[in-house]
Amino acid sequence: MTDLQLSTSPTGPSGTASTSAATSSGTRSPLQPKPRPRRTVRRGLRHAVMILASIVMIYPLLWMVVSSLRPNDEIFRNPSLFPISLDFSNYARGWESLAQPFSHYLINSTLLVLGCVIGNLIACSLTAYAFARLRFWGRNIAFAIMLMTLMLPIHVVIVPQYIMFSQTGWVNTMLPLILPKFLATDAFFVFLMVQFIRGIPRELDEAARIDGCGHFRIFFQVILPLMLPALATTTIFTFMWMWNDFFGSLIYLTSPENFTVPLALKSFLDTQGSSDWGAMFAMSVVSLIPLFLVFLFGQRFLIKGFATTGIK
Amino acid sequence: MSAVGELTQLVSNRNKGGAKEKHPDNKVGLAFMAPWLLGLLGITLIPMVASFALAFTDYSLLAAPEFVGLENIRRMIADTRLHNSLVVTFIYVFVGTPLQLIVALLLAVLLNQGMKGLSFYRSIFYLPSLLGGSVAIAILWRQMFGASGLVNQVAGMFGFHDLPGWVSNPDTALGTIILLHVWTFGSPMIIFLAGLRQIPEMYYEAASVDGASKAAQFFRITIPLLTPIIFFNVVLQVINAFQSFTQAFVVSGGTGGPSDSTMFYTLYLYQKGFTQFDMGYASAMAWLLLIIVAIFTAINFFVSKFWVFYDD
Repeated sequence: MTDLQLSTSPTGPSGTASTSAATSSGTRSPLQPKPRPRRTVRRGLRHAVMILASIVMIYPLLWMVVSSLRPNDEIFRNPSLFPISLDFSNYARGWESLAQPFSHYLINSTLLVLGCVIGNLIACSLTAYAFARLRFWGRNIAFAIMLMTLMLPIHVVIVPQYIMFSQTGWVNTMLPLILPKFLATDAFFVFLMVQFIRGIPRELDEAARIDGCGHFRIFFQVILPLMLPALATTTIFTFMWMWNDFFGSLIYLTSPENFTVPLALKSFLDTQGSSDWGAMFAMSVVSLIPLFLVFLFGQRFLIKGFATTGIK
Repeated sequence: MSAVGELTQLVSNRNKGGAKEKHPDNKVGLAFMAPWLLGLLGITLIPMVASFALAFTDYSLLAAPEFVGLENIRRMIADTRLHNSLVVTFIYVFVGTPLQLIVALLLAVLLNQGMKGLSFYRSIFYLPSLLGGSVAIAILWRQMFGASGLVNQVAGMFGFHDLPGWVSNPDTALGTIILLHVWTFGSPMIIFLAGLRQIPEMYYEAASVDGASKAAQFFRITIPLLTPIIFFNVVLQVINAFQSFTQAFVVSGGTGGPSDSTMFYTLYLYQKGFTQFDMGYASAMAWLLLIIVAIFTAINFFVSKFWVFYDD
């Protein structure tokens, strides 16, 4: 189809419409040597656009990494990536410049992410199995409600939630952020898993049932092992979202020793004003490294996750 | 099928299917659904009702809520800062979302033409959308668009010296946050790419045999068959954009400044509810947000009848 497009263009080498139709069905090279260079030019142009776009997209990130290894005053003088210096003093200074060493906030964030991942894996998979495989009263209505909660702004529940958790004394702990995950409130993952379970052949369930398995055994021994890719996607997305979580953490985690990484960076910005950008960049880079690693090794699942929830 | 597509179908099919459904799994279904049901009640529905009730009260956590009738609504009508925050949010949503989706669609179409290095470019474009929600990137943005930040340094190389800071200028501060939003076009691009893959090659072959130009193929085949995915992206991105918070918070240092030019609605709501503890007012604001999001989602669904094309 590409060669037809080339040969029917007004200045194309093939001239009449009849020959262009012929070229589309036949092979191009022996009789039609000319389209080749044009095609190469076009292809080259496309790559040039792509490379330019890639540079624009990635340059700020590279520049931040390079700048975090430079002395402070150079950050405001040198927009280029070179010369690359390897001065780690920003990292040493940034690590110690808050009330706690930065590792403390990394551990807090890790605990938060861990709790949320476990909660989402358990609660969302149970719910998804029910939606995908069980026939119970009100299932379609419940499913529609679940899809609607996907679109509900959290702001409309956050004030009463805060009041509720302040009465149970959980404000300034991670419980208000973790507990909802154990109650399958992340509808996105429930939906993702429902989609996945629907794709597993029902014959497998039937076979297990004939062998005398109940729903819990079918779920744990047949479905759960088969839905590992969906569980991996859930793990990765939960990790990414909770590692970045800001609104909820800002509201619930009030004292500095409970701060997660995003809150630590924010308080860094508050205390340093705009003076020590080197240290701030350094800690920002540290905070992005786990995300980057997950991206590097989990990309397959991330993209698949989008594909399965995005389209039919 | 996407979450949006499935919801449309569930809602439109609710009165169809005369045959009575059987519910053999009621008991075990309840067991599987228990976490989700608890979450729906305790984390979503009851707080929603409570937040609706609080919207008619004056409440600051210290004393019991005091019923004030429509006082909060009267205050909202008179609150010019709130009106301004609505304008800021609308500009962000209705400039940022279309820009982001157009860039995503263009690059997805370019990438889909059998380019070499597809997965490399895809990774580069996707990475920013994973990092874009973090505080670290917002800090980077604040430096880049500061008075002597990266952008002005580069501008200086082209002879534009002594430009003012972009984030400290009320006319451009919102623009930098919109730009950050556009920068994260990677996730809708992935969804578009997956959608493009689903379009059968034979349509293009048939069209090219009939002599359709590349442009005609794009507008008559690609776009119509992609409309369900465009629709899905529009619905979700609009809902998400209305709730944006982190970037405006960090770039403006939590103030929404300069001169309220980045005072997003959610940021104003946060200030009212969680720094001034004016929780009745914040609840009323949350419900207005819910109503606005619901109206725009409903409009999206209604208008979709006229432009979204379902193949089967």
